[in-house]
Amino acid sequence: MSHAPTADTGESLFARLTSPRVLRSILPAFSLVVILLAIFYLQPRAMSPIGLKLLFNLSVPIALATIAQMFVLCVNDLDLSIGAYVGFVVAVGATMLDGGIAALPALEGMLPDPVPWILTTPISGVIVLAAGIGVYALLGALIYIRDLPSIVVTLGMSFVWAGLAVLVLPTPGGSAPAFVRAVMTLSTPVVPFAIVALVIIAIVVHFGLMRTAYGAVIRGAGGNPRSVARAGWSLLKIKMVSFALAGFFGMLAGLALLGLTTAGDANIAVRYTLLSIAGAILGGSEFVGGRVSPIGAVIGAATLTLANSFLTFLKLNPDFQIGAQGAILIIILALRVLINRAEARR
Amino acid sequence: MSSIRQIFEKPWIWAFVAAIGVWIATITFTQGQGAGGVLTAAFSFATFSVIVALGQMMVITLGPGNVDLSIPATMTLAGTVATKVMATQDSMIIFGLLVALGVGLGVGLVNYGLIRLLRIPPIIATLSSSFLFQSAAIWYNRGLRIKPPPLLADFATSTVWGVPVLAIFIIVLSVAIHIALHRTVYGRSVTAIGQNMRAASLAGINVNRVRFLTYILCAVFAALNGFFFSAFSGGAALNMGQTYLLNSIAVVVIGGTSVAGGFANVPGLWGAALFLFLVEAMLNTYGLGAGIRLLLTGLIIVGVITAAGGQKTAR
Repeated sequence: MSHAPTADTGESLFARLTSPRVLRSILPAFSLVVILLAIFYLQPRAMSPIGLKLLFNLSVPIALATIAQMFVLCVNDLDLSIGAYVGFVVAVGATMLDGGIAALPALEGMLPDPVPWILTTPISGVIVLAAGIGVYALLGALIYIRDLPSIVVTLGMSFVWAGLAVLVLPTPGGSAPAFVRAVMTLSTPVVPFAIVALVIIAIVVHFGLMRTAYGAVIRGAGGNPRSVARAGWSLLKIKMVSFALAGFFGMLAGLALLGLTTAGDANIAVRYTLLSIAGAILGGSEFVGGRVSPIGAVIGAATLTLANSFLTFLKLNPDFQIGAQGAILIIILALRVLINRAEARR
Repeated sequence: MSSIRQIFEKPWIWAFVAAIGVWIATITFTQGQGAGGVLTAAFSFATFSVIVALGQMMVITLGPGNVDLSIPATMTLAGTVATKVMATQDSMIIFGLLVALGVGLGVGLVNYGLIRLLRIPPIIATLSSSFLFQSAAIWYNRGLRIKPPPLLADFATSTVWGVPVLAIFIIVLSVAIHIALHRTVYGRSVTAIGQNMRAASLAGINVNRVRFLTYILCAVFAALNGFFFSAFSGGAALNMGQTYLLNSIAVVVIGGTSVAGGFANVPGLWGAALFLFLVEAMLNTYGLGAGIRLLLTGLIIVGVITAAGGQKTAR
């Protein structure tokens, strides 16, 4: 703080720190801290490195899926297929990325005896995952060129991804490739890996989207597409890039999830669609106007995951668990409204 | 000739064309066997899709960001509460119906209350509230499945010359909504708000009241669907609404209603609802595995929306 406010600027430090603008931007982090403290109160043993690791582990894939959703929100679209897509990535990761085409359960018993290397190379998995990102880019193009509602296109795609995932991995099984497991079980000193990963994700995406020229163009395309087009940018390319980025981060989400669960399940990520939307909105993103916040999205995703653990620690009647999750969402959003009201009154 | 061209310029015609095409593809495979049976089943299930889609259509027509994600939870809650209240007694059917409608009214009030008081996007408001309703349904009945009163179950499953009785009622309801949409102040207001909320407000439309009524309407229809669907399927199950979340949105949009709001279409709902059921029936008839079935369903939805979307821009 090189420009610390002095008393004679007319406004005290306290007043500045409690201004609605500041409050609104720290609200997502504040909710996270409150839930974390509540967990520590209920279960003091969670305060250990291992406890923190267990608490935050599952928020890594959810945060990545939320970032993916955020890139789609950024260009005023909505992705209802992200959960199914993450499930598809998990299925491919647990089979082809581990043991190549030969690892597909559908081919069991049909393989030649010395299995040729071309059937066991994980490169096939890499190609399929890259094709998935390519499909996302094409979806962006299709939605832009034909001016289609993204809700319905991605709704249809959710069936496509779910179908492909079932074809690749009909029953839960397979195994996570060694490198995926190695990354997700990394242990870092002092701070658990999951938290380090969340911070890295937030910072990388923040700089990429909020601090680079092309990031500003992408957000601008959500805010005022016409003026961005007039300035000479190709809206088609912008749409394709942001959808491809969504596909990329969705892929990372799937691999991270696979690294945690070590075995694959095509239906593992169905809830991710709604979680990613809720996480992005909790973190301050909006549905229109290119207003997004990568750091907020990561915090929002972590908050949702922790809220789940909190309810478990609360030993709440399981009947009310889902409802309590809804209530937490509503409370945090209500706080935001109170802050906005306070701002309006000034 | 010109009248034929006029018909083909209607945005809803494609949903029906697609539905008939899929039906023909199905009965060709079975060599005409069960052609009528498939249609009856299609009408039975399309009826349930249309009830919720009518409400969802009005909500989506209000403009961008308006969508009701609490439909499945509302269906479950209304179905659960109503079947428990009726306790398989025929004499309680009317009371059960009123209770279900009351649940819908309450859900609508909560939903719009959240949207208005918390100023949160409807998609998030209805998502959060749906968690509350789902929880309430679980708590109320502990997942027990109570049978519907026999008379009500008979009504919900009966057919006249192959046409489900319930479908006839819902066709009448659809006509009523169609007229309300095009001929009443309320319906015109919904469309006007969807086209330009600010202009509608300046033109003297009470935007809040119209939006409030629309969210109530959608919730009441969802509750009504929960009531009839639990009667049709032998009791309320906790996951009975699940498929209607995506189904209601898909039916509305494939039926020719604009996702951007401001343009609703009732006849298309029937075409789209029949189409979606027939696609599933066709893929089942072909005896395909679950994976291929899902894959083809998805590709057909994307294909239809791509074809129909071009239609709209040409208009």
